[in-house]
Amino acid sequence: MTVTHMPHSDAELGSLSGSPRRLRREAIIKQVLFGAAIFSVVVSFLIVYALLSEAWIFMRDIDWSTTWGQIGWFPRRGIYDVPTLLVATFWVTIVAMVVATPLGLGAAVYLAEYARPGVRKILKPILEILAGIPSVVLGFFALLWIAPNVVANLGGEGGRGSILAAGIGVGILTIPLIASISEDAMKAVPDALREASAGMGARKVTTVLRVVLPAAISGLAAAMIVAVSRAMGETMVVFMAGGAADAAIFTSSPYDGSLTMTAAMASLASGTDNVVGEGLTFQSLFFVGLLLFLITLALNMLANFFVRRIREQY
Amino acid sequence: MAIVTVGDVARKNAQTLQGAGRDVGGTIFRIAVAGTLYVSLLIIGVLIFDVLFDGWDQLSTRLGGFLSGTLRSRSIDDKLGVHQGLYGSFWIAAFVAIIAFPTGIAAAIYLEEYANQNRTTRFIELAIRNLSGVPSVVYGLLGLFLFVEKNTILGFIGLGWLVDLTGGPTPISAGLTLAILVLPIVIITSQEAIRAVPSGLKEGAYGVGATKSEMIRTQVLPYAAPGILTGTLLSMSRAIGEAAPLILIGAISGGLTANPSFVDVTALQDRFTALPILIVTWVSQRGRDEGFATAAAAAIVVLLVVVLLLNMTAILLRNRFEKKRG
Repeated sequence: MTVTHMPHSDAELGSLSGSPRRLRREAIIKQVLFGAAIFSVVVSFLIVYALLSEAWIFMRDIDWSTTWGQIGWFPRRGIYDVPTLLVATFWVTIVAMVVATPLGLGAAVYLAEYARPGVRKILKPILEILAGIPSVVLGFFALLWIAPNVVANLGGEGGRGSILAAGIGVGILTIPLIASISEDAMKAVPDALREASAGMGARKVTTVLRVVLPAAISGLAAAMIVAVSRAMGETMVVFMAGGAADAAIFTSSPYDGSLTMTAAMASLASGTDNVVGEGLTFQSLFFVGLLLFLITLALNMLANFFVRRIREQY
Repeated sequence: MAIVTVGDVARKNAQTLQGAGRDVGGTIFRIAVAGTLYVSLLIIGVLIFDVLFDGWDQLSTRLGGFLSGTLRSRSIDDKLGVHQGLYGSFWIAAFVAIIAFPTGIAAAIYLEEYANQNRTTRFIELAIRNLSGVPSVVYGLLGLFLFVEKNTILGFIGLGWLVDLTGGPTPISAGLTLAILVLPIVIITSQEAIRAVPSGLKEGAYGVGATKSEMIRTQVLPYAAPGILTGTLLSMSRAIGEAAPLILIGAISGGLTANPSFVDVTALQDRFTALPILIVTWVSQRGRDEGFATAAAAAIVVLLVVVLLLNMTAILLRNRFEKKRG
């Protein structure tokens, strides 16, 4: 018996694919949606262009001797000592990570490995809601509660802001971030590993420390890196509680007040209602912004690399 | 002689199988990690108690006046309040809703339903991921460059018309800047919601002759709606709490006299302030006048009520639907 194929003419196929008007509408919708998607690329380009074009003027016209080894960051007097900002940023980040890493990681271990479902169902949303507390609130808290009650007991001055107070504030802000990324990473570890470990007679704590945490290490690394990037980019806490207003003298002590990269930008923009001042102050804003952008971009790409690694593993 | 039952033997064996003594190390570890979570929650408790306590003087005696008042030079002024900040924050939220929500959802639909896995798509995805990690203060620089200062891109694309449209450091500039800032959040959360739509629903729609856009409108969007709504609420709350970009584009920190009503759109082209900016302003003025610390704390309570309500709605909504669809 021979199989007879249904002969189909072009006309029949054409009628199956819908009316031309309908097809045209589909094409237009696709184009509009594509336009929305490509907008993010345009924004990325604009950010890089804005930063580069203004920072370039700064880099071209600046007397580079004013950017290194000076007394401090005094943009309105034409002194742009970059190490002042970098050291302050470094200290805020270190203090923030010292506060946030044990708390965030511990909370994640508890939520992922120990908490009973009922407890988890209540505590996790609370922690997530906290992730939404605006940074100005932490700035207020760091200046008016952490400084007198915590920094004063650590040997600092309680009556004003300091790098230490700001760092603790930023740390509190990053706890939910570390907790949520780390918890996701631990949840992604297959239960078979835990069961195998228990089957070998390992205690729960041994399973967690020797099996789950090493298996989730990529995700934990990503959580740390994202937190560092977030801490460096955090502006309001440091601006409000960092203990420096328009300018900062170079200091390597976290007990002093100083300006981080972000706080320097905010104070330049807010000193008067407009960004004005000596010669290159406006451009210096973009120069510092470019530095910050490049550092955080590198950190975020590194974190993405680690996140991709866990996805490949499990 | 006592009779040894099977149960006794089993119990004896079970005992020898248990490790030596109690698991002290394990118990300490469990208490320690539980402790870190409770310490984190305690810190937040202290924070909320602290702002409520500090702001109580304003909130308890003159809440209505505080909500309708304006920036003042002295803290004991009877007309001191946050209304100008509420105006700015309200319109920022409006711009985020009008611009970031449709653009973000449209981009997510394109990436999940239309895009082929090619180089362009990967590039767009990479751009979105990187944008989501850019510090907010850098978005402020972008806003300053695009909407406040008259600039030209690549030497020929003039942007002066943008500044004419926004009027410089105005609520329009602030709204546009924050809409751009939250766009990656909207896209990423919407993508996740759209990805979770079962393919059976989509195939069903195709089976009855729907085109792609009809399928998306009738199947994908209704199913993904709760997830998308969660993302939009979270991004709205983020935009309302954000202060750094507003400082960069020139939100006013003192001496703003106009106090427009919420529906007064002509004020959109005037100088502005916003709720988080008021907090920063009052905190900085407390050295001169201690009463401004109270005002700042009261403004924080107002801000937290708005932001935490949005977050809570979003998270409860998500958990509800996750449970339902299990």
